[in-house]
Amino acid sequence: MERKRKMSGTEMVLVTTGIAALMAVAACFAMGAETQKQTLQIEGSTTVGPIAEAFAEAFMKANPKVQITVKATGSGDGAAALIDGRCQIATMSRFMKDTEFQKAVEKKVLPALHTIAMDGVCPVVHPSNPLKAITRSQLRDICSGKIANWKDLGGPDMPIVVISRDTSSGTYEVFAEKVMGKDKMSEKVEYVNSNPQAHARVKTTAGAIGYVGLGFLDTSVKALTVDGVAPSRKTIATGVYPISRPLFFFTNGYPELGTTLHAFCTFYLTEKGQEIIEAKGFIPMTSY
Amino acid sequence: MGRVADALRLKQGGAAADFDRPLLLTPGENLAGYIGSHAGRAALFLVTATSVVAVLLIFVFIIREALAFFVDPAALPPLDWTSAGSAFAWTWAALSSIGARLAELLGGTQWYPEAANPEFGALSILVGSLYVTGGALLIAVPVGLLAAVCLSDILPFAARQTVKPLVEILAAIPSVAYGFFAVLVLAPWMQEHLHISTGTNALNAAIILAVMAIPTIVSVSEDSLTAVGRELREASYACGATRAETMVKVVIPAAHSGIIAAVILGMMRAIGETMVVWMASGNAAQIPSPWWDLTQSVRTMTATIAGEMGETPQGSDHYRALFAIGLLLLAFTFALNLVTEHFLHRVRRAGGASR
Repeated sequence: MERKRKMSGTEMVLVTTGIAALMAVAACFAMGAETQKQTLQIEGSTTVGPIAEAFAEAFMKANPKVQITVKATGSGDGAAALIDGRCQIATMSRFMKDTEFQKAVEKKVLPALHTIAMDGVCPVVHPSNPLKAITRSQLRDICSGKIANWKDLGGPDMPIVVISRDTSSGTYEVFAEKVMGKDKMSEKVEYVNSNPQAHARVKTTAGAIGYVGLGFLDTSVKALTVDGVAPSRKTIATGVYPISRPLFFFTNGYPELGTTLHAFCTFYLTEKGQEIIEAKGFIPMTSY
Repeated sequence: MGRVADALRLKQGGAAADFDRPLLLTPGENLAGYIGSHAGRAALFLVTATSVVAVLLIFVFIIREALAFFVDPAALPPLDWTSAGSAFAWTWAALSSIGARLAELLGGTQWYPEAANPEFGALSILVGSLYVTGGALLIAVPVGLLAAVCLSDILPFAARQTVKPLVEILAAIPSVAYGFFAVLVLAPWMQEHLHISTGTNALNAAIILAVMAIPTIVSVSEDSLTAVGRELREASYACGATRAETMVKVVIPAAHSGIIAAVILGMMRAIGETMVVWMASGNAAQIPSPWWDLTQSVRTMTATIAGEMGETPQGSDHYRALFAIGLLLLAFTFALNLVTEHFLHRVRRAGGASR
């Protein structure tokens, strides 16, 4: 039987180049097929994230040719992504800071605002805590470290464990603006990096007090009334609840009428959009 | 040319090799070989150089941004290289600026970078890293080492074959999973059974980091203990030593360099870990008030950088302060590495004189 001849060096090089060329051509075809779909990139707040994801799901079901990806890592990240042009919509739970706005204008990005829902930031405690009501000044004293034990507020003799969101979060910004004012948080305050994590910490720690968005309230934590106002749909929508805020979509300029982007940005006005917002525990903008 | 001549010689019934040819051919005689060997060496050198250059570039990048935190070029007096007085004034201003900022970074315990008057005191963060790493090593090194000794010398070989892969699976679990476990399971457990107010604290992070470092320590130590070989052990038994004496006085000293390498690897894993400490340590930038109280929440350097870098605008003071903390982290890692290398050197000199 004839021994198979080994490929010489030149033949090896030719075969490798041929395979590589075939793969490149195949990749080009695959990429070409992908660009038939229209993509929409959304980045930003972890509070608005669930709304954006639910919107995206409903929207993609209605328009199969659109591919929407939602990233939720923080309002600051969303603003930075919109400024860099990495996303079309920045979901934010706070207005853009003046530094962000200036940077956007410098880069020729004109942030246009769409207020899609209202949100309340609710202080929560462990269900075993007897406290029911709190004032904003008491909250401020707790967070700045002046009140360190629950017995100073009429509760059991337990040290207060304050759970705050990390400083890059929009929820933290609202809390700091509406409750803390100029006071700094005490150095004993613990930081977590998302609403579900804050909820989990308060749920399992008897002496904890934290704050979460209205959408994250449930029976496993107890919400406190602030300055006599309980957090609910009505009080937040009418602005009576002291620690409430609007939630935004930011786009680069107002989206062109008739485009997918415009349809997505006005989705919150439709019946389906408002149902989704309510289902997620936020308050729709319209009130009829 | 040489190959053809060899083939002809063989055909004519001569020897396979041409003994009249010198062993080392000049480039002229074997151009392909000459170019091939030098090209190969250059290629391998490039590959090695790439990894070294990558490490150097990381240093350059971090130092460049961190230096901007320590020295503000616009605030220095104008530099005129020709005048000695101007050069002296510039150097003095630069050094005193570096000194002042370094004192602020290392001396202050208040970390409020986003406040109206920002404070960049990173001492509490540095101490937090120390607590968490120290605690992790305190747990992981004895446990890992004893487990390695057990696996290599005490348990039957069949047990080693099953246990070692299981331990190595621990190393494959992603750190986020460990973080979830720490927050959702370990923290409530600690609050309930240890009667402390908060379960996300230095102890929690130290335990989880120890669990992450143990597979590395066990794996590498066990390999080096096995590599000591039967001869040394049999010689020790032949001299009349008991099993315990053999293990403690013969086998472990013989494998000490591998064991120290294992400890260094485990320590590196613990220092650089970000996700776990971000979730499990509570992130309170404080130095615990009785200094030995590990059940208070601390913040580490890695968690500070990871948690705050996403939001800070590039080029701001906060951004540069985070890079300064990154530089601190590198320095901390280096210092720990040097300390362990020093111990390695001492043990090598003292115990392994014959090697």
